[in-house]
Amino acid sequence: MSRLRQLWVCYRLQLKVMMFSPFEGFLAVVFPLMFATAALLVYRVNNDPEAMLFAGIGAAAMGIFTSQTTSAAMLVQRERRAGTLELVVAAPTPFAYVLLPSTFAMATLGLYSVVAVILWDWWLFDLPLQVENWPGFVLSILMATFTIALFGFLLSVTVVRYRTAWALGSALEYPGWLLCGFVVPLSLLPGWALPLSWALAPTWGVAAMRASAAGESPWFELAVCLGVGLAYAVLAAWLGVRLIDSARRNATLALT
Amino acid sequence: MLVTGGTAAVEARDLRRTFKTKQGSVLRPTRSTVEAVKGVSFEIAPGELFGLLGPNGAGKTTTIKMLITLLIPTSGSATVLGHDVVTDVREVRRRIGYVFGGDRGLYERLSGLDNLRYFSELYGVAPREQKARIGSLLELVGLTGREGEKVEGYSRGMRQRLHIARGLLHDPDVLFLDEPSIGIDPVGARELRATIAGLREQGKTVLLTTHYMFEADELCDRIAVIRAGEIVAEGTPAELKRLVTSGRVLEVETYGVADDVLASVRGVAGVRTVVVEDRGQVQVLVVVAEPDTEVTQSVLAQMGDTRVGRVSHRDPSLEDAYVELVTGAGA
Repeated sequence: MSRLRQLWVCYRLQLKVMMFSPFEGFLAVVFPLMFATAALLVYRVNNDPEAMLFAGIGAAAMGIFTSQTTSAAMLVQRERRAGTLELVVAAPTPFAYVLLPSTFAMATLGLYSVVAVILWDWWLFDLPLQVENWPGFVLSILMATFTIALFGFLLSVTVVRYRTAWALGSALEYPGWLLCGFVVPLSLLPGWALPLSWALAPTWGVAAMRASAAGESPWFELAVCLGVGLAYAVLAAWLGVRLIDSARRNATLALT
Repeated sequence: MLVTGGTAAVEARDLRRTFKTKQGSVLRPTRSTVEAVKGVSFEIAPGELFGLLGPNGAGKTTTIKMLITLLIPTSGSATVLGHDVVTDVREVRRRIGYVFGGDRGLYERLSGLDNLRYFSELYGVAPREQKARIGSLLELVGLTGREGEKVEGYSRGMRQRLHIARGLLHDPDVLFLDEPSIGIDPVGARELRATIAGLREQGKTVLLTTHYMFEADELCDRIAVIRAGEIVAEGTPAELKRLVTSGRVLEVETYGVADDVLASVRGVAGVRTVVVEDRGQVQVLVVVAEPDTEVTQSVLAQMGDTRVGRVSHRDPSLEDAYVELVTGAGA
């Protein structure tokens, strides 16, 4: 019970920090809309409503992915620069429980970007969302957001040991758009890239969103998405302990 | 005061820490190893206020970081309240508080109160105790009424006091204060010293590092002086003063002293160290002599045409002892 309370209070306070941060605010508000605009402008050329719906849903998920990967990788670096990283590592609370609320606070902002992009698509491109299975669609959005947060959690753990690993987030942003099939169908990717796509939880999250919108069953995609996301969490928790020990051994916690 | 029989609050045994550094380009890196702490040993008794003094880069912060589990020692061992700092990390962390000086270490965009709430959760303060605990700490550090303001608007002194409150949230038995008064104005520093003295009265064990000799002299029960990663002296402030010189200190006021005169004074038989201190318009030559040696006439004879003002003698201060120890003049 006290662990739940700790996670909740830390989530609330980290969300407060992010809501006041112009950087995260800019990422969360403007970037997803700009990316969605660019994608839909390209797709509009063919005047194909089905393709526009495909791109519209993909662009919504793209926003969460972008804000999560970039911000999650910066999360620990921000703590490092503020001088709070050593203090939270020196706390008796396991470091994974310090990072989790922060990554979920970022996911909350990512969730906003899904809604904002859907409304933006509707207003700017006259693209109303046609969804056959609304409960499945909402669940798929939540699952995509949840698993992308866990992916961010995994990324942020690596920054504890390697102070330049924050660049990984930016480096993964554009390949992630392609590999997750946000705006390009996976069938267009070369065969060797598909295992990489399957290892990314957002691939399954966005597939579940599309399946729900089309009235098909999203349960298989949702189950795989959850499984991959939980694998990220387990890997992050396992890596977290070892990377913190390595950081203590190599004195990288205080390095900026 | 070495601990015999009972458990020491803090015990370091031959602690060593080396850092590997890499410089140069990616293609032609130059690797080197720096030995920051070279076999440091000391004990701190429960309820004792122990000072660790030394110049920048002497190894004070590295030593503290090993004791608070942020760094793993290269060799040697250390315990806090009987718990090993390498193998019993969580138990150590539950029992210690850590406060460092400077502007960093707080969430700028949160209020002081939210900062304390956040760290209360991370340090496992029971929910039903948090409100009262935070209230009493805000009172202790004089931030009551300002706790709702964002930290980014706090002065340096306010931030430092908030740091102290943060370090005390979980009522730790042992507190590590790493240069807590750095950059604080004299009034704030005096208040901070009163707060630290109050901690000792509450029975807390405190390890304090500071550059300010009067602070160490006023607060510490015992002091260890660390130089280039090694402890060069340890004892009460009074013992340290006696350890270095039992003679008196000669102070000569001058109005502009030339380098060659300074060199001549340093060459006088029986003179251990000569330091020039600027005090307004006047430069004061602080001459520490060997015990039982009278150097006044010999020093004045070397002054030549230098305009000399008041000449006086005083007892050695902790600062004199410190200067001799860290410059190795007494060695």
